[in-house]
Amino acid sequence: MILTLAFRNLFHDRIRLAVTLIGILFSIVLVAVQLGLYLGSSRMITAMIDKANGDLWVTAYGAKSFEDGGVLLTPRERHAALATPGVKAVIPMIVAFAEWRKPSGGSTRVVVVGTDAEDDGLQPWSLVQGNWDDIKSPDAIAVDNTYLRELDISGVGSTAQIATGRVRVRALTSGIRSFTQSPYVFTPLNRARQLIGVDGDKTTFFLVQLEPGADVEAVRADLKQRLDGADVLTKPEFRDRSLTQWLFRTGAGVALIGGALLGILVGTVIVAQTLYSSTKDHLNEFATLRALGSSSGYIHKVILAQAGLSAVIGYILGMMISLTVLFMSRSSPLPLVMTPGLAGALFGLTLSMCAISAVSAIVKVTKIDPATVFNR
Amino acid sequence: MTGTPVLEADNIVKELGRGAGKVMALKGVSLALNPGELTLLMGPSGSGKTTLLSILGCILTQTSGDIRVAGQSTSGLSAEALAGLRRAHIGYIFQSYNLFPTLNALENVRIALDVLGQKGYAASQRAEEVLHEVGLGHRLKNYPGNLSGGEQQRVAVARAIASSPSIVLADEPTAALDSENGHAVMELLARIAREQKRSVLAVTHDPRTLGYADRVVRIEDGLIVGEERRPDGLDAPRVTDLTKRRKAHG
Repeated sequence: MILTLAFRNLFHDRIRLAVTLIGILFSIVLVAVQLGLYLGSSRMITAMIDKANGDLWVTAYGAKSFEDGGVLLTPRERHAALATPGVKAVIPMIVAFAEWRKPSGGSTRVVVVGTDAEDDGLQPWSLVQGNWDDIKSPDAIAVDNTYLRELDISGVGSTAQIATGRVRVRALTSGIRSFTQSPYVFTPLNRARQLIGVDGDKTTFFLVQLEPGADVEAVRADLKQRLDGADVLTKPEFRDRSLTQWLFRTGAGVALIGGALLGILVGTVIVAQTLYSSTKDHLNEFATLRALGSSSGYIHKVILAQAGLSAVIGYILGMMISLTVLFMSRSSPLPLVMTPGLAGALFGLTLSMCAISAVSAIVKVTKIDPATVFNR
Repeated sequence: MTGTPVLEADNIVKELGRGAGKVMALKGVSLALNPGELTLLMGPSGSGKTTLLSILGCILTQTSGDIRVAGQSTSGLSAEALAGLRRAHIGYIFQSYNLFPTLNALENVRIALDVLGQKGYAASQRAEEVLHEVGLGHRLKNYPGNLSGGEQQRVAVARAIASSPSIVLADEPTAALDSENGHAVMELLARIAREQKRSVLAVTHDPRTLGYADRVVRIEDGLIVGEERRPDGLDAPRVTDLTKRRKAHG
């Protein structure tokens, strides 16, 4: 009967129900979009690190992110790393911003990622045209098909210029987007050095692969001692560092999280207001229940059931709209991401938001005097 | 007398308001309700009828004095404990019916059982049974808005007796009803008292109800000023008899 009464109370006033649902819906969509953007951004920022086949990253001291490592590491450090017990391979990698000169004039910035396929460190994934062997040919590069227009090229076979070097697109990836909006350009290690004008054998990172069974922390401590002036980071540490740099030092993540919090706040206030006014309207019925001997817990359950029902209906409608927005954003430069975890968290958040909203109504009904039933 | 009292009030005093506005609504009322009796509590407006009913029903607490429900004193009990006593022993009927407009007749009765923890098919069966008992077996699915005043009050009676309480308290049960419906509801209350051996107390100032009473208690200015009882052996008291006897005693 609790659910029946809660359901009937909710649907008794359709306009108020609509206002409640719009409040929840608005809140869910706002939070889903903001957190979807946050998740999408996080994935973009850490995609290269996640896809790299290594246990530890050696970076120049203080490197802030994958794109901001400088080109400072030398073969001496590579040899020192290779001599460390437990290290199986040390894969050099170049990552640097460079100027892309568009075929029809003008330029834009790209991130050149130089690594060799045979090293098995980081390869362009999601190749939709061409393969790694195609990229080994002279002047060859791979770019993502999302950025063809931005790069002013039509696809495989197109030519352009990076800094002073001529390049030809030999392979295309799909879905490798860049948070900095500077497209990634994959090319072999030495070709990358040439394109960005690096002297000698310097590199941006060393991707360290360990022997099976090696203790990551022990090897890391050893490497730190041997590599003076370099940072040795685990994959999660490098991810966190990159996320901190792009999401928090730039303020982008703060804005996204702030927007989500605002959504939660607005939703909570709207739901609280409508639940409170609904409770006020049904106060005589709650007083009657109290006079009939119901415990205050029973009445609280009715109000919480009203909040829960609003949450479930609002969540379903909100998710339908959020998924539509998500679908529409899939080809945008910053697509939203929705995971089962995020969907579950949003449901939990909606329930919590509605439960918190019910507090004012519960406080109101707790003060109810059953003697008011005689005054009607 | 019909047995051991199920509800006893002993020297009840109730003060309402504070400071200069303080009013003594009840000035030392003692009353015992017996099973199998329909008692009418009559008096003019402001005499303390509804206050006494609220205190007897554990809805209001007295300033002093003691209430015993089924032998248990209510003094010092918390609001939740008083609600528990109401659930276990008392059924209420209100002047304005106080039905839930969003629930149909059957659901309005079922909710009183739900409050008691009686759920499911058995509760539905019991609700249906009492609605048949009050003559509304054909109106189970009707909402209060589609029922006449008399029918709504009969749903309220069914709700009050669904949990088989030993005490039924009614506040002006006929005030909002026409003559025919008023008589029907009073007949129902008298039947509940006598056939089901419950103690029924109805606050009223409706003289039409006198004919159904086993006992009439009169209250004025917060004090019980008179009491008449139906002579044993009579099926129902005659209004005129009671009135004459009061005059003779007065």
